[in-house]
Amino acid sequence: MTQEESRAAYWRANLRLLAILLTIWFVVSFGFGILLSQQLNAFSLGGYPLGFWFAQQGSIYTFIILIFFYAWRMNVLDRKFDVHEE
Amino acid sequence: MDLKTLSFIVVGATFAIYIAIAIWAKASTTSEFYVAGKGIHPTLNGMATAADWMSAASFISMAGLIAFLGFTGGAYLMGWTGGYVLMALLLAPYLRKFGKFTVPEFIGDRFYSKTARIVAVISLLVMSITYVIGQMRGVGIAFSNILEVELATGLYAGMAVVFIYAVFGGMKGITYTQIAQYVIMIFAYTVPAVFIAIQLTGHPFPQIGLGGTLAGEDTYLLDALDKTLMDLGFAAYTSVAGMTMLNMFLLTLALMIGTAGLPHVIIRFFTVPRVRDARKSAGWALVFIGILYTTAPAVGAMAMYNFINTVQPGPVGDPQGNVIIEERPDWMLRWERTGLLQWEDKNDDGRLQYYNERNTEFAEMAREEYGWEGSEFTRIDRDIMVLANPQIAGLPNWVIALVAAGGIAAALSTAAGLLLAISSSISHDLLKGVFMPRISEKRELMAGRIAMGAAILFAGYLGLNPPGFAAEVVALAFGLAAASLFPTLMMGIFFKHINREGAIVGMLVGLASTLLYIFLFKGWFFFPGTNVFPDTADYWLFGINPTGFGVIGAILNFAAAYAVSSITKAPPEHIQKLVEEVRVPRVGTS
Repeated sequence: MTQEESRAAYWRANLRLLAILLTIWFVVSFGFGILLSQQLNAFSLGGYPLGFWFAQQGSIYTFIILIFFYAWRMNVLDRKFDVHEE
Repeated sequence: MDLKTLSFIVVGATFAIYIAIAIWAKASTTSEFYVAGKGIHPTLNGMATAADWMSAASFISMAGLIAFLGFTGGAYLMGWTGGYVLMALLLAPYLRKFGKFTVPEFIGDRFYSKTARIVAVISLLVMSITYVIGQMRGVGIAFSNILEVELATGLYAGMAVVFIYAVFGGMKGITYTQIAQYVIMIFAYTVPAVFIAIQLTGHPFPQIGLGGTLAGEDTYLLDALDKTLMDLGFAAYTSVAGMTMLNMFLLTLALMIGTAGLPHVIIRFFTVPRVRDARKSAGWALVFIGILYTTAPAVGAMAMYNFINTVQPGPVGDPQGNVIIEERPDWMLRWERTGLLQWEDKNDDGRLQYYNERNTEFAEMAREEYGWEGSEFTRIDRDIMVLANPQIAGLPNWVIALVAAGGIAAALSTAAGLLLAISSSISHDLLKGVFMPRISEKRELMAGRIAMGAAILFAGYLGLNPPGFAAEVVALAFGLAAASLFPTLMMGIFFKHINREGAIVGMLVGLASTLLYIFLFKGWFFFPGTNVFPDTADYWLFGINPTGFGVIGAILNFAAAYAVSSITKAPPEHIQKLVEEVRVPRVGTS
């Protein structure tokens, strides 16, 4: 693989990761927390109606996990494509 | 010891800490002044980012806002945290790789244009200055309400402290102060919340308590709150009320995109040593922000529950069910003195009623059956929810003093971050970048300090004489960040073919459309009475609230930039190469 192909492959892998993570980001906050919240409220988590929980608690926890997963996964990709820092 | 003395000691001690840090962390190079020498540990930078980001609005106002909105208040919680996902995934690592000092600098280099850089500086200045006014005012208000000194005196004290650590320490001084401020702020926010959660639900964690049962009962707190509110003619706490689903969606999105485009937060990621530190640091920032943001909904709901049960201790409709005016608690007396809480005994029964008088059916019924002549709280400022919370729960004075210090820390840390963004865009982007490219480093550093000093005086002046639009300011700043900076930065990294012309037109279209829409409903330059349309849902375009219009501005920016780029000349070879280099942490060797 030439350097150019390798870089292009690195970028494609990055974009694929972004697409997956941003889909989760959207579904959890805008989907579960807003659009589907009223349907999800039929279920509950302790005293939390589920849609309410996603809007005021769950989406924030999800965001944190998404960023750390991204950071970890990108470090793996950096090494795989030999573009990691010292 | 009385509350006032105790508050002065606690606030004074925090100020002494900030000044000690300023002496220790003096900046001696432009790199230290603008980006703290790029040597901040990612976890510490995350903490500083959290303090930088969480302003007086997050600390004082947000829980109160949620208390009165209920479920739809989630727009603020998700909006102001979800933006970090966008920032971490789409901007921070690449801008760190670019490795310069300011946000307009990236836009100027990537779009090979001084004009683009100047347009970016203008957007940055408009949003940062409007935003900083609210912070300076927050400092003054925290002083005057809690320490009972003149608003101006509090403001001068705050300005003097910021002056010392921001002018001498630059980003280096600001960063270490923000770390201290975060600790003070989070302690001040969570301690009362934990006490109240234990009192109400028996759980020490407010996040669990909000979903728990009332202490010693089988009823869930949220169910009890829903029922209490509905008994008084309000919508249930957990239902969609206060704004439509469409506006909740747009507001959330506008706040997310706006958060990701705020330059004073983005530059925090220039201070870490490596690209991978920038990625991780964004995660840490959100952890530290999340501690407050997951506590806030509990504070809001519990404050609402406590407030209603103070006013309505007995059954609704029972003549003995409401609090007797003569026996109202001390905290009410205290906040009445500030004018933020006001009541009027409309039906002369010597008791106070609080209910939804705008629910005509309920109000009608209450008039006939209970003899209620209107809700008797004529003013409940939402901001008192957090400040009065420890008093409502009967917590000791040192906790109340701590909340005062926390509110001041929140406002000062954000103000300092904004002031740095303002002064660096003036000394580095305008002076060094455009007008005096050959200025020496020493003189640029001096210029940065002078710009910082001038910005503090200017912000202080506006804080004392606010242009009468303090409340709309945050919405404006976020709308502009969403509509102008975020799309341009993102396209600069992800779309190689976007060129100079596209970026400039896109930014101007985003800025102008958002400003226009806000001005149409809020008045030209916010002068009261100059609005073209009344600011109500009937007149909004497709029912879109001006607060959420930043999303539309962002879409227009993307569309205009794309259209203009495809009919004008592609960016030169070296720019395409620059974009490719920004995309990888280190140029590969194979």
